[in-house]
Amino acid sequence: MEDCIPVNQKIEHQELGETGRPWEETVTTSQDPELGLSEALELEQRPETGLQPRSSPPRTPGSGARTPDRPVGDLVGQCSSFPPSSSQELPSTLSPLALARQDFMAPSQSDKTTSVISEAETPHVGHLEQLSDKGGSTPHQICQSEGNTFHQPQQTKYPLHELRDVSHHTSKQKELRFDIFQEDDSNNNYHLDQPESGASEVAPSMLEIAIQNAKAYLLKTSSKSGLNLYDHLSEMLTKVLDERPENAVDIIENISQDVKMEHFSKKLDTLQNENEMLATYEIAEKQKTLFLQGNLEGADQELEDEILTDTHPIQKCRFWGKILGLEMNYIVAEVEFREGEDEEEVEEEDVPEERDNGDSEAYEDDEDELPRPFYRAPQAIPKEESRTGANKYVYFVCNEPGRPWVKLPAVTPAQIVIARKIKKFFTGQLDTPIISYPPFPGNESNYLRAQIARISAGTHVSPLGFYHFGEEEGEEEEEIESGRDSFEENPDFEGIQVIDLVESLSNWVHHVQHILPQRSRIHRLGQHGYPQISFLNMRLQSLDPTFGLEHMPFPMASKKFENLYIGWGHKYSPDSYTPPVPPPVYQEYPSGPEITEMDDPTVEEEQAFRAAQEAAADSTEENEETEEEEDDEDDYD
Amino acid sequence: MDAESLLLSLELASGSGQGLSPDRRASLLTSLMLVKRDYRFDRVLFWGRILGLVADYYIAQGLSEDQLAPRKTLYSLNCMEWSLLPPATEEMETQTSVVKGRFMGDPSHEYEHTELQKVNEGEKVFEEEVVVQIKEEKRLVSVIDQIDKAVAVIPRGALFKTPFGPINVNRTFEGLSLSEAKKLSSYFHFREPVELKNKTLLEKAELDPSLDFMDSLEHDIPKGSWSVQMERGNALVVLRSLLWPGLTFYHAPRTKNYGYIYVGTGEKNLDLPFML
Repeated sequence: MEDCIPVNQKIEHQELGETGRPWEETVTTSQDPELGLSEALELEQRPETGLQPRSSPPRTPGSGARTPDRPVGDLVGQCSSFPPSSSQELPSTLSPLALARQDFMAPSQSDKTTSVISEAETPHVGHLEQLSDKGGSTPHQICQSEGNTFHQPQQTKYPLHELRDVSHHTSKQKELRFDIFQEDDSNNNYHLDQPESGASEVAPSMLEIAIQNAKAYLLKTSSKSGLNLYDHLSEMLTKVLDERPENAVDIIENISQDVKMEHFSKKLDTLQNENEMLATYEIAEKQKTLFLQGNLEGADQELEDEILTDTHPIQKCRFWGKILGLEMNYIVAEVEFREGEDEEEVEEEDVPEERDNGDSEAYEDDEDELPRPFYRAPQAIPKEESRTGANKYVYFVCNEPGRPWVKLPAVTPAQIVIARKIKKFFTGQLDTPIISYPPFPGNESNYLRAQIARISAGTHVSPLGFYHFGEEEGEEEEEIESGRDSFEENPDFEGIQVIDLVESLSNWVHHVQHILPQRSRIHRLGQHGYPQISFLNMRLQSLDPTFGLEHMPFPMASKKFENLYIGWGHKYSPDSYTPPVPPPVYQEYPSGPEITEMDDPTVEEEQAFRAAQEAAADSTEENEETEEEEDDEDDYD
Repeated sequence: MDAESLLLSLELASGSGQGLSPDRRASLLTSLMLVKRDYRFDRVLFWGRILGLVADYYIAQGLSEDQLAPRKTLYSLNCMEWSLLPPATEEMETQTSVVKGRFMGDPSHEYEHTELQKVNEGEKVFEEEVVVQIKEEKRLVSVIDQIDKAVAVIPRGALFKTPFGPINVNRTFEGLSLSEAKKLSSYFHFREPVELKNKTLLEKAELDPSLDFMDSLEHDIPKGSWSVQMERGNALVVLRSLLWPGLTFYHAPRTKNYGYIYVGTGEKNLDLPFML
């Protein structure tokens, strides 16, 4: 930048260096209050000026070098407007100007150089602080004290130049009206004019440079955030003056933070969500009831169950787990109703069967001549009674603790069969239709219930010996038929060493009935699965992958254990899901005697037939004609 | 999740059933500090856990000052001793893409893969079965890299781009507002942008260069590969990736608490289109 300054000018200003410097410092001090006042006025009159500085590029050499997006023309303007500033730097290497000059060069290097120059700027920091003092009463003692050393010598000379200073101010008053930065500009012009008038020659440039240096420093863009202190300060002051907070000095840190935050927040939406926090309060209000009714000990989950147990005749209740959904999750509770107090479940009887009946009735209206389709839907296997097999427990789900529990319908074998063939995400709404191939009989609540049944049957295990079969169940035959439905806790259970439970899978057994390919219980087909309480003597590999399951046996107390499922509710398989193959296409009727027809009778055949008839008609001559006609008709049929 | 606020983060992410036992937590708190000191990381993230059949891999990542610079990845089997993984390459990815199924939990385990290679013998071309050995460590590296590139998430505004290029943590980030937290467009992929260059000028015009310098989640393919949920009555937003099930991102709106953790088998959900 200094290249554009004519050399002779530099030489010309060299001699002025020594005398000029103190002199112009006095100007600073004298100008300070004035500047502060006028600027404060400016800010008051036009509160939005705080934003302007950012758009109108400040005229400082340092900042010009720093910010790359500044128009080139502006740079040129700066060069021409600062001949004195650059000229000063040559002779006085020790002067603060030279140091400040380094400032101009340094900025692109690193932040550390700033510490070197800091001394040079201190008076101007003070200057700015005073400015802010007028506006928002910011403390500036620190800066002042630092600057003191610098100011000392000039104070003595101050009276000498007082007169001139006053004249400066009067002449400047009008120019100050424009803007903070325009005012700077006017200062420049004024000082540039000085040598021409001859009164004080180039001396004020010293002050000018120092101001520019300080400003350059303040305008230096942070390498981390891309902001600069000058803009930040002016924005802060604008904010303070706009809002006029009480005791602004106390909250200046927060104001600073707010201003910085504004850079990162989007502009306000015209549509503001007023009730943003409402949902939080709503759920808190609902959950409050959870804590009020139960005694306030134990975990959240138990309390939820307690609420459930309060409202239903429940004998046993267990936290089954959590199934993740797309929009909401399901919290599942496993419940056993008290004897004889089951809730009515009549209304949800097999819908598909009814439809079948309707279809067959519709066909009866047709005339008898056309054949009816003799395809019958395969006999629907009736679902298991409540309290047996896969329907042994009733499951309640809720989306969030505090929301009402919804009872899931009983599971039917058809649902389990189809659920094995599909893989769908749960959405969190129980009435969502399941759109799949093959078509799933039911909505999401049925699918959820089917998956729960599958997961329970596959993964609910207990330490060996914890349960044993009920003793009252004597008959051997029924044992197979009912799959040894009842088991109870073994009162003599001693507990198993933790290390045994961890190391060997043979100490874990299933206690939920296995679901056969068809359904849980053997249904008139004699399919035989493994007994319900069986050794889980699979390899670890085969246990772990099932259902991505969190087997959470509590190993600390070997008399306690728990099964818990948290997950998406899908079965793991190393291979990707493959949709089931389409059902086989039904074969058409084989071509046989009922399908094929004979060729039309030829003329020869007909004549031969007629000859034969005539021969026969000779014996009965009376009805000849009529018979012939009939025969013809028959042939054409 | 940030190693420094590990306990809070684990608490926030626990809704997906992904927790750590108390002893694991304690050892992670200690050992990640040491990792940060020894490797001179600017930040250490606890990345997650890849479930193996015999043992689990615990994964941590070290970030340098530039948040988007290539990260260093470490793994550990016991949460105390950490070993550095080599950087992932594309060659590794193609090599390991043939391996299916779950991880074993032994980094030196070698998967065997037979493939047909064409062998030229004179004029005849034979097809010969060649057994390729693939180390599990390689697979681990490439899977972590794939997950990072596909589903690592950061809320908008948590990072910002400085005029000189490097990307820093935004200290003034105070969390997303509630209405923004529900939108997928206010979350970004925590990686170098790929899609951004393909945008039209019109689309770019609305972007803030200091904040919108990464790809947003809303254009992920397939549509619907994220599940956004508000939990605890809008006090916590949880994003779950459906493409890589196991990745959970959590953010408490209006706070600085955000992060993601992966707990899963390290397998991509290729069935996604069937499941939606």
